[in-house]
Amino acid sequence: MKAVGIILAGGSSSRMGALADKRAVAAMPVAGSFRCIDFALSSLSNSHCQRVAVCTQFNARSLNQHLNSSKWWDFGRKQGGLYLLTPTVTADNDSWYRGTADSMYQNIGFLRECHEPYVIISSGDCVYKTDFNRILDYHIAKSADITIAVTTLSPSQEDATRFGVVTRDEDGRVTDFEEKPEKTDKTLINAGIYIIRRRVLIEMLDRANREKTYDFVRGILMKYKDEKKIYAYDLPGYWNNIATVDSYYRTNMDFLKKDVAQYFFSGYNEIYTKAEDEPPAKYNPDASVSNSLIASGCIISGTVENSILSRKVYVSRGCVIRNSVILNDVYIGENTVIENCIVESRGTLRPNKRYAGSPGHARVVVEDNERYLI
Amino acid sequence: MAKKEMVAMLLAGGQGSRLGVLTEDTAKPAVSFGGKYRIIDFPLSNCINSGVDTVGVLTQYRHLRLNTHIGIGIPWDLDRNHGGVTLLPPYETNEASNWYSGTANAIYQNLEFIEEYSPEYVLILGGDHIYKMDYQVMLDFHKSRGADITIACMPVPWEEASRFGVVIADENGSIKDFEEKPAHPSSNLASMGIYIFSASVLKEALIALKDQPGCDFGMHVIPYIHEKSHNCYAYEFNGYWKDVGTLGSYWQANMELLDDVPEFNLYEEFWKVYTKNDIIRPQYLGPHSRVTRSIVGEGAVIMGEVSGSVIGAGVEIGEDARVTDSIIMENSVIGAGTVVDKAIIAENTVVGVDCVVGEGEYADNVYNPKVYAFDLVTVSENSSVPDGVRIGRNTAISGKTLPEDYKNGKLAAGQVIIKEVGPA
Repeated sequence: MKAVGIILAGGSSSRMGALADKRAVAAMPVAGSFRCIDFALSSLSNSHCQRVAVCTQFNARSLNQHLNSSKWWDFGRKQGGLYLLTPTVTADNDSWYRGTADSMYQNIGFLRECHEPYVIISSGDCVYKTDFNRILDYHIAKSADITIAVTTLSPSQEDATRFGVVTRDEDGRVTDFEEKPEKTDKTLINAGIYIIRRRVLIEMLDRANREKTYDFVRGILMKYKDEKKIYAYDLPGYWNNIATVDSYYRTNMDFLKKDVAQYFFSGYNEIYTKAEDEPPAKYNPDASVSNSLIASGCIISGTVENSILSRKVYVSRGCVIRNSVILNDVYIGENTVIENCIVESRGTLRPNKRYAGSPGHARVVVEDNERYLI
Repeated sequence: MAKKEMVAMLLAGGQGSRLGVLTEDTAKPAVSFGGKYRIIDFPLSNCINSGVDTVGVLTQYRHLRLNTHIGIGIPWDLDRNHGGVTLLPPYETNEASNWYSGTANAIYQNLEFIEEYSPEYVLILGGDHIYKMDYQVMLDFHKSRGADITIACMPVPWEEASRFGVVIADENGSIKDFEEKPAHPSSNLASMGIYIFSASVLKEALIALKDQPGCDFGMHVIPYIHEKSHNCYAYEFNGYWKDVGTLGSYWQANMELLDDVPEFNLYEEFWKVYTKNDIIRPQYLGPHSRVTRSIVGEGAVIMGEVSGSVIGAGVEIGEDARVTDSIIMENSVIGAGTVVDKAIIAENTVVGVDCVVGEGEYADNVYNPKVYAFDLVTVSENSSVPDGVRIGRNTAISGKTLPEDYKNGKLAAGQVIIKEVGPA
């Protein structure tokens, strides 16, 4: 493919609450077996994009660990590869990434040395599956300077107030942007995926830096929407963005719906992730599991309903887990009840406890008890 | 070139004919095991966990799946700049084209591979056992005894000893004599088919015996070296070790994984077993599913009821289906309303809706009573079973079967349907 990929995975989100203490959003476990960034990485890999850079900054250890080898996404190649772009101190720069545009500007050398004519920019916080060749075809057909993938929020989803709202004309050209409006009834939003000619991107990043604006959306897209031809492409299929505890919970729960699970898990464009080599999940005689996704390495002796269990979760006898997302490597003691919760990874929950969130608002449970004393 | 202290040679060329239709289209070491693995994953994982990073895999019988499974060895970290895993199929020379005629003959034909690494020791492994073993500890034993050959042995119950090759050794491990499947065994120390040879001794013996037809380690090479030097040792191993050479022992070994705390524990962090993951998505258990005392591989979708079973990755079990005491391998489909009891269903097989697989009384198998003697329904890979048929016990099915293959919609106990499989 004639494009280099850049995944923006450096942002923090205060609205992820305690879940952000451990990792960047891009490294959040999704659907039991995956991490958020796997969706962008797999889409790029399946679109035959060979050179992909990941910009990281905020709490990146977990993410770096996940990306410690590029072979799982098929990027371990002589032609291309997977690049981690972390902030570095140089002779003429000693600041962190001050925004998404700055994170790319500080690596402008990487962009200059590439030979691919186009750049695909994707947020690492989005769950989707797409063929970037389709967006590129659209981009070329429209002779656009920048193409933005957009998606329409359905009435059952939240309103657009935490997103960027896009307005376009009949031709598809973007006429207006509104970033995180306080109140809106519009539903067409920016999906955080862009295609742009590499030389145009370099020029715009240079300009933004001279003007001391560091955010890609505000400093480039919104500022130059009249000067540059920016087009909106309707992203087909499922898309969600993880930025809050609620959106994280909802995105996971979406995978229990048949159409969502089939959209991601059947067909040839697979989602890849780092191999973890956990054994198959084991169900003991007292197990009772329904409408749930279970990852490998789990051992279940209790009741699990409408929930998502990531790798290596141990559910003891008498436990009841309902409408919850349990992250990887959690031990749950006997007779403990968990409802409407997100249980942080590597936690150890004592027996005979009760944790409950409310149906509309999941509770984040962080329990770091000693594993072998309970 | 840097030398390697020990090189492993893994014998994976055998058919394993006692697994019946399971090995019709694939070599035994490539047969699935435990809902996720293939049999060869166990010796390969043992190698890398023991620090043996140079492994030759000798293939001959139906090696396609073995080749695609092993590839360049990435899942076992055996993709190395120097060493790693090498597949060694038989080859043609200017003078002749020879198949591997026996276990030792296969190694003889690949002495060149071994010599490339100038090892001091050669580890010979089979591809048909389920176990975890540190070959480094065995090598330490070999060195401490200054042995020519060390044979890994395991104490077995006396009444079973006559099924094995047994060794008679003193308290220091020095082997005095061998008995092959003795009627009245004088020892219960069974050979596990795992040998460490001092490389020079092995080479000398293989060259001396090169014209021996069907040259075999147990029958020719070890007696030859024992005769010459009386410097063979038995290394006693006391962990879990299971031969999966028959349908009965294969089924049994799978079922042992379901115990509350299995003797062979796949869940410990130490000594992980690695495999090529074809499917990584999570498994889904439907609203009315009920799964107990079972292990289930990644990506399986279970809408029905499963108990006492080993379910492979990507398997689909329909609504109201009931699977008990069975092994269902990767990507097979059990139709809605079908009842499966005591069956082994190999990969990519489709069983229709409302079938009964495994019912009624036991009857001796008409086709091969020695192979099919364990009261199991055995269905080979890439087969299909039409909707609504009833299949008796101790039967075997291979190929895409049609309703007319079942008289009155039934396959009686002890019967088989084996369809000629042409090129797809």
